[in-house]
Amino acid sequence: MDNIKVIIEKCTGCKLCVKKCPFGAVELVDKKAVIRDNCNLCGACAEACKSGAIEITRKVIHADLSAYKGVWVFAEQKEGRIMPVTFELLGEGRKLADKLGTELAAVYIGEKTQGIAEELFAYGADKAYIAGSPLMGLYRNEFYARVLTRLVTEYKPEIVLVGATVIGRSLAPSVAARIKCGLTADCTGLEIDTEKKILMQTRPAFGGNIMATIISPNHRPQMATVRPRVMKRIAKQAGRKGEVVTVDPKISAEDAVVEILKIIKPEEQVVDLQEADIIVSGGRGIGKAENFSLIRELAETIGGAVGASRATVDAGWIPSYHQVGQTGKTVCPKLYIACGISGQVQHLVGMQGSDVIVAVNKDPSAPIFNVATYGIVGDLFEVVPLLVKKFKEALK
Amino acid sequence: MNIIVCIKQVPDTAAIQLVRINPQTNTLVREGIPAIINPFDENAIEEGLRLREKYGGEVTVLSMGPPQVEKALKDAIAMGADKAVLLCDRAFAGADTLATSYTLACAIKKMGNYDLLLFGKQAIDGDTAQVGPGVAEHLGIPQVTFVRKIEIENQTIRAERTLEDSFELVEAKLPILVTVTKEMNTPRYPSLKGMMKAKAAQITVWGLQDIDADPNRVGLTGSTTQVIKIFTPEMRKKGEILRGEPDQMAEALVGKLRDSKVL
Ligand SMILES: Cc1cc2nc3c(=O)[nH]c(=O)nc-3n(C[C@H](O)[C@H](O)[C@H](O)COP(=O)(O)OP(=O)(O)OC[C@H]3O[C@@H](n4cnc5c(N)ncnc54)[C@H](O)[C@@H]3O)c2cc1C
Ligand SMILES: Nc1ncnc2c1ncn2[C@@H]1O[C@H](COP(=O)(O)O)[C@@H](O)[C@H]1O
Repeated sequence: MDNIKVIIEKCTGCKLCVKKCPFGAVELVDKKAVIRDNCNLCGACAEACKSGAIEITRKVIHADLSAYKGVWVFAEQKEGRIMPVTFELLGEGRKLADKLGTELAAVYIGEKTQGIAEELFAYGADKAYIAGSPLMGLYRNEFYARVLTRLVTEYKPEIVLVGATVIGRSLAPSVAARIKCGLTADCTGLEIDTEKKILMQTRPAFGGNIMATIISPNHRPQMATVRPRVMKRIAKQAGRKGEVVTVDPKISAEDAVVEILKIIKPEEQVVDLQEADIIVSGGRGIGKAENFSLIRELAETIGGAVGASRATVDAGWIPSYHQVGQTGKTVCPKLYIACGISGQVQHLVGMQGSDVIVAVNKDPSAPIFNVATYGIVGDLFEVVPLLVKKFKEALK
Repeated sequence: MNIIVCIKQVPDTAAIQLVRINPQTNTLVREGIPAIINPFDENAIEEGLRLREKYGGEVTVLSMGPPQVEKALKDAIAMGADKAVLLCDRAFAGADTLATSYTLACAIKKMGNYDLLLFGKQAIDGDTAQVGPGVAEHLGIPQVTFVRKIEIENQTIRAERTLEDSFELVEAKLPILVTVTKEMNTPRYPSLKGMMKAKAAQITVWGLQDIDADPNRVGLTGSTTQVIKIFTPEMRKKGEILRGEPDQMAEALVGKLRDSKVL
């Protein structure tokens, strides 16, 4: 079993370990370090200790993992259209597969299957498992989880990547629980440890305040979800060939435990914020619901989607699916324009991955300026209409 | 209707700025950060209470964590929950989402006799959203995630599931596991009576033996993932504050965005 122990004689009571522990799991009792129950053996304390007083032993499991080969990407679709995050995962999966000297496969589950494999090959897949059924056009957890679990059990991939979308965030944990393998959510970085041939998964924790690198050394497959727009797709190579494996889903209508009665479209056309290239967001500074028209106009002018801070959602000025931030959506567009948003940390964690951030705020000390690529200190009611005008001229 | 709500105690995000790593010494400042009930779990408790008010039955809150989690459970009782169970055992410590969901599932199995399991859509410390779906799988019951509205009639639930750009109305038989978003409701404040009740309440504490769990599948031992490194993210570099009159700034911004090919 994994273990951590303090060698009392060596401990000088310097408290470095206490400070370094991200989980608050080390305390000083009688001037000696004591490890508490909530320790999860991340090793930060042992690394910090100058006198070598903290010892971590990790169990070595000689499970035979060699049967597991290949990198898989779950190819998410909506109405038969492959979602962009799939291509991004294929781009990343291609890199990982090449590093491991193995193949890259995509798993597609849906109703329409025509032309799907070709598209997956064009973006880097060597193989495509295609499971088609009229019962699987829409996402149904029990069907999708069953099919993916069966495929993984049968073909034994070493890595499985899934988009951190509404679908992926239900499917991946269901499959991981069925297989009893590790799953790391919302990775922002994936790397192969070439020596050990394992996947190093890096993700933010504690609201983006720290980053953690996570491995799953003794279980296969190594599963990870990745948010849309975090990874780069590779250029499409039309005509690229691969192998198609047609999968019999082996499901029947009687097995449906959750019936989908209907899809409710919101009154207004909603753009998927996580997929948007440009987002213009409004905060409490816009003053009232009607003033969102200003934000909308700027967004329309530059072909962007409308985002919002929680303050405006709480005030009822705009529906919650526009909310960006810790309890809203995490976005990483090419351009994020924040108007009248102060930039509290819960908002920042949702948008600081954007390529370029523009902030318009009349308070020069607003924290949003700490992350803004370009800051405009000014009254948004004056600045935003000017931006609309200038962009219109420039884009003409 | 018997409802079990799973809640997690997390550091208060409003104070999380304090958790900022001190850039000089690269250490975490964690003193004085209050622990709260995960905000989405408050919505789950609230929904449980509303359903109980409508259909009768009991709301039990369940949490796994160190002894101080009793506070979160007492807060839930103050809101109106009937009973609380804390899973607390050295053996449970260091669990990843797989081990956590297995442990919660064992406890829920032991409680038995439930119609509805309510979870928050995700916990704000780890943001994984993995524990709810995991528990449903371990129990072998259906699940609906990211739900903003539920209605129950004749042991049948209708739920509105939030998708990226729309909502899905689904129907299923109970028992089922549902993870809830904050649109679902506004959590109530504890009443005076509730607070009195919480003060006197006995929290049931269960360890490994009490829930018939496989010791190899809980805690650190049962975890499939390992944290091997923790580091400070690279801070975004502070950018440029544009100068001049509003229209000069607007002009300059448009120019810069065009030059850098953002537009
Ligand atoms: C558990 C928890 C989760 C949270 N999750 C989220 C989340 O997901 N997303 C989120 O956004 N927040 C979240 N918050 C809330 C967050 O802490 C802030 O309260 C919120 O982001 C503030 O929104 P705001 O910037 O619009 O409003 P304010 O902080 O009030 O800022 C308004 C800004 O507008 C500026 N302003 C005013 N008038 C003008 C004008 N005429 N021209 C230009 N500027 C003007 C002001 O200078 C000010 O900086 C969360 C909080 C908690 C506790
Ligand atoms: N230790 C725990 N005890 C009880 N419930 C938990 C625990 N961890 C997670 N949960 C539940 O699972 C949900 C999702 O958590 P997470 O998967 O950690 O994002 C939370 O909103 C809680 O309802």
